Amino acid sequence: MATESVVHTAMTLHDHLPVLQILVPFIAAPLTVFIGSRALAWPISFASSVVSLVIAWLLLMQVIDGDVISYHIGGWAPPLGIEYRVDAANAFVVFLVAAISVVVLPFAKVSVAYEVPLRDHALFYSAYLLCFSGLMGVAITGDAFNVFVFLEISSLSTYVLIAAGAGKDKRALTAAYDYLIMGTIGATFFVIGIGFLYMGTGTLNMADLAQRIAAQGGNRTIEAGFAFILVGIGLKLAFYPLHLWLPNAYTYAPSAVSAFLAATATKVAVYVLLRFCFTVFGPAFGFEVLTLQYVVLPLAVVAMFASSFVAVFQSDFKRMLAYSSIAQIGYMLLGIAFLTETGVTAAIVHLFNHGITKAALFMAVGAYVLRAGDTFYNDIAGLGRKMPWTSAAVVIGGLSLIGVPGTAGFISKWVLVQAAFEKGWWPVALLIVASSLLAVIYVWRVVEVLYLQPAREDSTATEAPLTMLVPIWVAALACIWFGIDTDTTLGAARTAAAGLLNLPGQ
Amino acid sequence: MVELVPPFLVYFLGAALLPLVPGAALRSALSLLVPVIGGWLIWTMPTGTHDVVTLMGVDLTLIRNDRLAAIFALVFSFAAFVSLVYAWHVRDRVQLVATLLYSGSAIGAVFAGDLITLFLFWEGTAIASVFLIWARGTEGAYHTGLRYLVIQVASGVILLSGAALFWRETGSLAFDQMTLGSPATWLIFIAFGIKCAFPLLHSWLPDAYPSATVTGSVVLSIFTTKLAVYALARGFAGTELLIWIGVVMALFPVIWGLIENDLRRVLAYSLIGQLGFLVVGIGIGGELAINGVAAHAVSSILYKSLLFMAVGAVLFRTGTARASDLGGLVRSMPLTALFCLVGSATIAAVPLFASFATKSMILSAAGYKGYEGAWLALVAAAGATVVYTGVKVPYCAFFGADSGRRPAEAPWNMLLAMGLGSAACIGIGVFPGAFFALLPYPMEYDVYTVAHVITQLQLVAFAVLAFVLARRFGYLPTETRSVVLDSDWLYRRVLARVIGGLAQGMSIAWAGGVRFQEAWLNRVILRLYRSHGPASRMAQSWPTGAMVQWVAILLAVMLFVTFLA
Repeated sequence: MATESVVHTAMTLHDHLPVLQILVPFIAAPLTVFIGSRALAWPISFASSVVSLVIAWLLLMQVIDGDVISYHIGGWAPPLGIEYRVDAANAFVVFLVAAISVVVLPFAKVSVAYEVPLRDHALFYSAYLLCFSGLMGVAITGDAFNVFVFLEISSLSTYVLIAAGAGKDKRALTAAYDYLIMGTIGATFFVIGIGFLYMGTGTLNMADLAQRIAAQGGNRTIEAGFAFILVGIGLKLAFYPLHLWLPNAYTYAPSAVSAFLAATATKVAVYVLLRFCFTVFGPAFGFEVLTLQYVVLPLAVVAMFASSFVAVFQSDFKRMLAYSSIAQIGYMLLGIAFLTETGVTAAIVHLFNHGITKAALFMAVGAYVLRAGDTFYNDIAGLGRKMPWTSAAVVIGGLSLIGVPGTAGFISKWVLVQAAFEKGWWPVALLIVASSLLAVIYVWRVVEVLYLQPAREDSTATEAPLTMLVPIWVAALACIWFGIDTDTTLGAARTAAAGLLNLPGQ
Repeated sequence: MVELVPPFLVYFLGAALLPLVPGAALRSALSLLVPVIGGWLIWTMPTGTHDVVTLMGVDLTLIRNDRLAAIFALVFSFAAFVSLVYAWHVRDRVQLVATLLYSGSAIGAVFAGDLITLFLFWEGTAIASVFLIWARGTEGAYHTGLRYLVIQVASGVILLSGAALFWRETGSLAFDQMTLGSPATWLIFIAFGIKCAFPLLHSWLPDAYPSATVTGSVVLSIFTTKLAVYALARGFAGTELLIWIGVVMALFPVIWGLIENDLRRVLAYSLIGQLGFLVVGIGIGGELAINGVAAHAVSSILYKSLLFMAVGAVLFRTGTARASDLGGLVRSMPLTALFCLVGSATIAAVPLFASFATKSMILSAAGYKGYEGAWLALVAAAGATVVYTGVKVPYCAFFGADSGRRPAEAPWNMLLAMGLGSAACIGIGVFPGAFFALLPYPMEYDVYTVAHVITQLQLVAFAVLAFVLARRFGYLPTETRSVVLDSDWLYRRVLARVIGGLAQGMSIAWAGGVRFQEAWLNRVILRLYRSHGPASRMAQSWPTGAMVQWVAILLAVMLFVTFLA
């Protein structure tokens, strides 16, 4: 199925797209620092995001039918050289990351100007670009160690981005510090796991790893590697109960960062988990099946409920969204733990749909922060009338979060419930529906606060500026668009799932 | 593809465009066009399935037109028209939009050819209708509305899960006759049952309907439950379980209907009782019974909305619908009283009124099919209905002890709406043949046989007698006169005491149950708040050491599990 291109000399720019995908923002990042201009930092970031999005689209179109692009860095052939391997699954994730970046950045211009001290802007956007390229790198690379490298690039810059919230609330510093420690432990576990795999197989290329592991079968080294990688990635994707860093990180980070990270960072981690669970290892291994079904699945269900309950009782909109993210990640893990094509499809499509939903909601949070100063329920009370457009977008995003038919969130939950039925796991399907009801409660609380409570008397909030409204509404309309036109997302997710599970594409 | 204009679209367009129209009178006038156009579309619609659209790889049949669907859709259109006339004076755009969306969704649901389309409109009715309760604007109405919304949306969610299971089981989403048995059909059945106010699932109805606005409760009384009746008739005709559910439904509201003081609440209970008849009819199944269900659904929409309109007019003019505060209004609201009497006569199935023709079909079907027990229970329930709705409502409001109130006659638009409803009630009663031609199945059924007329008149007469006696014994809220008893009637007094005591006991038990439920719910929420609230361990910020501890634990577990394999 791989279309390996041996001839290296006659490459056009088009053939270099996989590496350009990463290189454009990666080079733009130091560029913003060297130029040092606060005024130019944003345009550079935006331009490179747009270029990345165009490349991501081109790549996605090439692989959406189930093809695979294998790109060899520096012409060194894998398994020795580093390989970028684009298939439907990671092209889809890369596209999501780039699209979110293009949507969030125009929003970030005003939001960051308000929340981050001016002198830090060049550095802020530089860190942002590094994080952006790191996330895409994690997704696009076909080399296990390279995943670790990109993971660290994105993580380190993420710590900086979260700490940038200190201009508004000093607790951002401790949040970033906690995340630094947890993230580093996660990365360490991940690299230890890769070390085990290298010990067991002598290779780092994922496709090669998959072949060798399949050939030699499981042994203690490989199994230990699997456990370490699972825990390491689990930390990054806020797998319950390894999620404890997330609420503070998302709450105290600048709103634009929360919007970007919530929509992309955990999603990329979910992708890595998919990649390791299905490409490197596989459902053929008893230990993987056992771990996913007896450890990951119950914890995913616990996440769906425990975090939702916490979200119900929150009194801060932003923090509530952070807890809801943990619950939503539970759905994705549930889809993976089903170990079926439909389950993986559900995980991938929910990764996308939840990404756009949370982007819309966190951006709305940014608008409230800008206009009302904070997002505690008593600060945003009654803003439904004062900020009608922002609040209407919150309602749409909230409906998508619940999974109301006609919104993107419905599609993913529908597929997920379907996957549960395919397995014959009725109770799990019922739990999915029941936890959606909790989402109804926490979303309703926000709607009630926005529309049915009187505004504070000292509130001077007015509608958010257009540069914020447009991105918010792009994301909100995307929630509706992908709830109605499902061919693109479901189609890509199905192809991706088929590719991951090595089934004939459809 | 879409080859016909689906009738619900007219309503949705109306709901979208009418709020933009300036001028309340113009808006009200234009709103009347909506059900007229919609009704015309339904009238001229060819039978069969149309407008199949594909969404997410699922074929949605927007229109499946047959005679069963058409008669419900037509009476919905007529009732929507009448209620819009009734609401002519309302200046509130929210109520107008809600009414249109609600009627449009109900009509859309009737034509739905598959379970997903049904679900979409099913939720549409739930969401649109709650605004008719909220529009009242009181704190109580807000909470009632929330309770109502939760139950209605839950019904939709159960329907959707049932539909999903049904798809898995059969590979089809078609909304056709089903048999109870699998989890899928049970879920769908329960979803229908919630909207149909099955016993124990009914509490939303007397809670919500009397809390809506004057015009809102008229609209509410029309659609939701009758839509559920249609859905049951379509999906579960001939399910014997329904007969016994229906019998319970017909009988149990009697007690509440008798002791309740709020007249709108009385009507809400009697609505459940009337649904009981329809549900029994569905349970019996067969052509005669289903014809009876369709016909009686039509007449019960007519008389129920007529009664709600009359009581609503009283509420509109006096500000109260409590039996104890009313009485003697016939002196100043003679026309309203007259229309209320027409509604009463219809619900009592007096000859020459609609129910006389329609209710008897269900009773006959029960008799022919050999369900004597059900037949007997229904006759008893019919008698009781005459007492607690047919006589009590007009008596308490318009006759009875003079309350001294002299409100003005209802506004012209309300009178016109009630007149339309009354005309329909009488029209069907006088010319049942023309109406029967619209029913789902062709049939030969002679309504005005001597035996039938006499039986029914006897029933009504004795029920009225019972009411008079009950009033004399002091078991109705408007007890005013002293009573002289003959020894003959003593045992009846004892019996009445027993019934009264029973009713009291039941209402105490009910209140206790509600209190217990609330206390229990409060405890659960409090416990959840302690474990998951902002101050709990779950939501606190953890020190990194504790986080790392979790990492270690999880790693140990995973290593253990992987090595186990």
